[in-house]
Amino acid sequence: MREETPAGGVRSWPLVRQFTGRDKHALGAAALSATTAALEPRTATADRVVKSICPYCAVGCGQKIYVKDEQVVQVEGDPDSPISRGRLCPKGSATRGLSTSPSRLSKVRYRRPYGTAWEELDLETAMEMIADRVVATREATWEATSNDGKPLNRTMGIASLGGATLDNEENYLMKKLYTALGVVQVENQARL
Amino acid sequence: MPGLGTTLGRGGATTFQQDLQHSDCILIMGSNMAENHPVGFQWVMEARERGAEVIHVDPRFTRTSAVATRHVKIRPGSDIAFLGGIVNYIITHERWFHDYVVNYTNAPVIIDPRFRDTDDLDGVFSGFDAKQEAYDLASWQYEDLDMTGSAGRRMGSTVSGGKLVTHELSPSEKAAVDRPLEHGEPPHVDFTLQHPRCVFQLLKRHYARYTPEMVEQICGSPKEHFLAVAEALCANSGRERTSAIAYAVGWTHHTEGAQFIRTAAMIQLLLGNIGRPGGGILALRGHASIQGSTDIPTLYELLPGYIPMPEEGMTDLATFLYETTAKGGFWGHMDAYMISLLKAWYGEHATAENDWCFGHLPRINGDHSIYPAMMGMFEGSVKGFFCVGENPAVGSANASLHRRAMANLDWLVVRDFFEIESAAFWYDSVEIETGVLRTANIKTEIFLLPAADHMQKDGSFTNTQRLLQWHHKAVEPKGDARSELWFYYHLGKRIREKLRASSDPKNRAINELTWNYPELGALEEPDAHAVLREINGWGPDGKALDAYTKLKPDGSTACGCWIYCGVFKDEQNQAARRKPGHEQSWVAPDWGWAWPANRRQLYNRASADPDGNPWSERKRYVWWDAERKEWTGHDVPDFVKDKPPDYVPPDGAKAEKALDGRSPFIMQGDGKGWLFVPDGLVDGPLPTHYEPEESPVDNALYAQQSNPVRERWPSAINPYHPSGSATGADVFPYVMTSYRLAEHHTGGGMSRTLPHLAELQPEMFCEVSPALAAERELVHGTWATIVSARSAIEARVLVTDRVPDYEIQGRPVRVVGLPFHFGRRGIAVGDSANDLWSISADPNVHIQETKAATCDIIAGRRPRGPALSALVNDYRRRAGLPAEE
Repeated sequence: MREETPAGGVRSWPLVRQFTGRDKHALGAAALSATTAALEPRTATADRVVKSICPYCAVGCGQKIYVKDEQVVQVEGDPDSPISRGRLCPKGSATRGLSTSPSRLSKVRYRRPYGTAWEELDLETAMEMIADRVVATREATWEATSNDGKPLNRTMGIASLGGATLDNEENYLMKKLYTALGVVQVENQARL
Repeated sequence: MPGLGTTLGRGGATTFQQDLQHSDCILIMGSNMAENHPVGFQWVMEARERGAEVIHVDPRFTRTSAVATRHVKIRPGSDIAFLGGIVNYIITHERWFHDYVVNYTNAPVIIDPRFRDTDDLDGVFSGFDAKQEAYDLASWQYEDLDMTGSAGRRMGSTVSGGKLVTHELSPSEKAAVDRPLEHGEPPHVDFTLQHPRCVFQLLKRHYARYTPEMVEQICGSPKEHFLAVAEALCANSGRERTSAIAYAVGWTHHTEGAQFIRTAAMIQLLLGNIGRPGGGILALRGHASIQGSTDIPTLYELLPGYIPMPEEGMTDLATFLYETTAKGGFWGHMDAYMISLLKAWYGEHATAENDWCFGHLPRINGDHSIYPAMMGMFEGSVKGFFCVGENPAVGSANASLHRRAMANLDWLVVRDFFEIESAAFWYDSVEIETGVLRTANIKTEIFLLPAADHMQKDGSFTNTQRLLQWHHKAVEPKGDARSELWFYYHLGKRIREKLRASSDPKNRAINELTWNYPELGALEEPDAHAVLREINGWGPDGKALDAYTKLKPDGSTACGCWIYCGVFKDEQNQAARRKPGHEQSWVAPDWGWAWPANRRQLYNRASADPDGNPWSERKRYVWWDAERKEWTGHDVPDFVKDKPPDYVPPDGAKAEKALDGRSPFIMQGDGKGWLFVPDGLVDGPLPTHYEPEESPVDNALYAQQSNPVRERWPSAINPYHPSGSATGADVFPYVMTSYRLAEHHTGGGMSRTLPHLAELQPEMFCEVSPALAAERELVHGTWATIVSARSAIEARVLVTDRVPDYEIQGRPVRVVGLPFHFGRRGIAVGDSANDLWSISADPNVHIQETKAATCDIIAGRRPRGPALSALVNDYRRRAGLPAEE
């Protein structure tokens, strides 16, 4: 319960408020400073709220992402979700940290063969180099047929790991592209 | 999940989390649900508030045990003995649900006279080839009828642990392959369940020795505690009551994990708990879309929707379809699913004349899962590797092998939020510390690309209950961060551009691929809605299809994943539906979209009796409306909507039309729940207790110690401890088990990097009992070193009564508990438990055994540098194993 905090004068002193107001133990309104009273939760000042789903385990809790100035300022549980009913666990509650962590990567890092340090590389160049390596490795390790002449149409020179933390649409494009390239060693955390 | 897939027809949870509130008894086993799925656990607590029994069977007393009505201890890796004991209890005390079992399961079916049980052959079934360490499954079949598993293989060929086992079909076997069901039934059945070769009698005999006394001997669970669990399940099942079973990776991480899960499914069939409210099996999965990544598989042996990947020798589509099409049920339409997939991928290029581009698909001919692939990297045959949102340097068994494998690549692409251990191993790892690896000698070229998170992209996750839920983009990704959708789409575009002019036949599969998606915004992000729409598929008019039953084998429909058909019904993204839960029934059909066909409880025709009436008013869910001549109820019926209960298939009927009106398991070739699995599992038609790869004791039931067809990769980098009474086993006298914490997530990339979570769980620890602490002079709060033949790690000691001691076959067995999340990077750091484990795996699913093995534990921190290798080599020498390379 919040009582009004008088703007000034003797009546605004905490001790006076404790004796004259309802908060006789000074655990709430009587101890509240004007600064604290003026605070607003980040959820109240957000520009918009976007509906989302927790990225950690597979319970699939509803999340509300609060955005201000194009930054994620808060992540809350979604009371509308019939599964989670507004709750989040410690991991789900910490989700905002994924956005704000100073160690979060935002630049490509490159380590050349036998290199001893990371180097910078622009994304465009990195994508082109990766595409070149896929094409070359596929060419060098292509298996058109088995030893007894049956078609294999594949490369065993490339492998991929990951997917259980990704979107269905992403898994779909991964599987589609890899299969077309003949990459069969495609795996994810479903086995871990 | 072949444990559920072969038994019930689909590899997914049969129920949904909110439905647990209607359970009268919940058995949680192989899961610490309160810790690892805490928000879903609220539904268990709802049931408990309503008076349900909540039973937790687990090697440790955990947060789940603390709020259960009963905790029963069990030695890690002995679950089939416990569950088999329950099967025996149900049969011995005649507690099985007669009308459900006789009508809805294959209990009456008579099995091939050549079949021999593990009781006849001391631990192996008939068909065992000791040289190949694999089974020929032919003798496990129905008599005179080849009943293929869901999308399985015809009799005469089995792929076991990557090995293909074949034999020439005899004339009678050939006849069995081509024989159809007779009016929905196999040719030989005994509805009195008395025939000595009927499934029910085989089951009864197989589990006769799984007595309460034997359970106590093998599992270390007190007999009276075991009996209380068995009785609670029986007392809370039947017409008026239902029990549910929840499990997680505590069951999958074993050399016979699929069989653990299958035993639970068998119990639920015997008790009549599948397809009914408050019943079922809830598979609790650990990643946001782990179900989705098996449905649309980033897995080697599957195509989208559990269509098998073509194998070597399946030279044309007709051969593929002959091998994989089921006699009855919806797998009878493999042609429609497969041709629609090829149309989605190859569009106008796929025609009847060119076999719908079936020839473009690569073929598999072995185990191509991640462990063999890592061995390939280590040996040099695998040159390039994409590591996408996964951290094998921490999260995979024998993590050192994975780091050393990646250090032998030509190129490596890591896509993640942070610089995880799998990107930093070349300068920061135990191997660099010990000198096994030297930075300047590692040739691997590494691209570390920043990934976008779920708040920075549109897309859908499929949660643990097969529910697709859409997350909307809230903000743009920063800097070079991009979604995987962007990465793979633009990588594909670049590769296609490079190969566009090529006439090389191997490039046709890439050049003819449909690869046009609308690009949105400045980042040219492909439109995730357009991808979901392709997954859903479209009909001849180009409009989004509303059901997989509309798919055709004539090339007029396209569909990227047939089980997801309907998610874009009415051109609307059904996964993004968000009608608040409090405005709906507990089934919440208007929140998100569940596969298949928005059904929330699978096999729900079984919630009605054979005549279509609810088994009881209290457990009413889906039933036959005789006036309207259709199935109706609280959920979308998981059945042909207008097929009456008294439907009898006419001669020559195929697919779902070949199943009668009383068969609820519509993905099974015979429409029945399989108590006995004639096909689809390579290590036995009936779950059998074997010891883990590394065990402190011998198998008390059979001479066969461990699963005879488990996958092993013995080598100097992956040595196995001697097991049971073998010489040297006493060098590793303790049992170790690994687990998760509420505050961390798998390999830690998304949790050990966050300050709040690091503060809650700051460092690696191990849990030991007071007796073990006294035996090894371990002091609470100080350090201990845990040793295996793979490595040694250090951890803070937590001495606690929550880890029980066991007495197994007259000798004490003590357990070391290890959380597996920790690594060297991020804020919360520590040695990785996975450095200790070997790689041995379940032959069905290639999942490693990281829940039970042996180890030693000694007081103090581990040695640094080369002294660490010396310590491990000393243990190896004492156990009779070769030294580290």
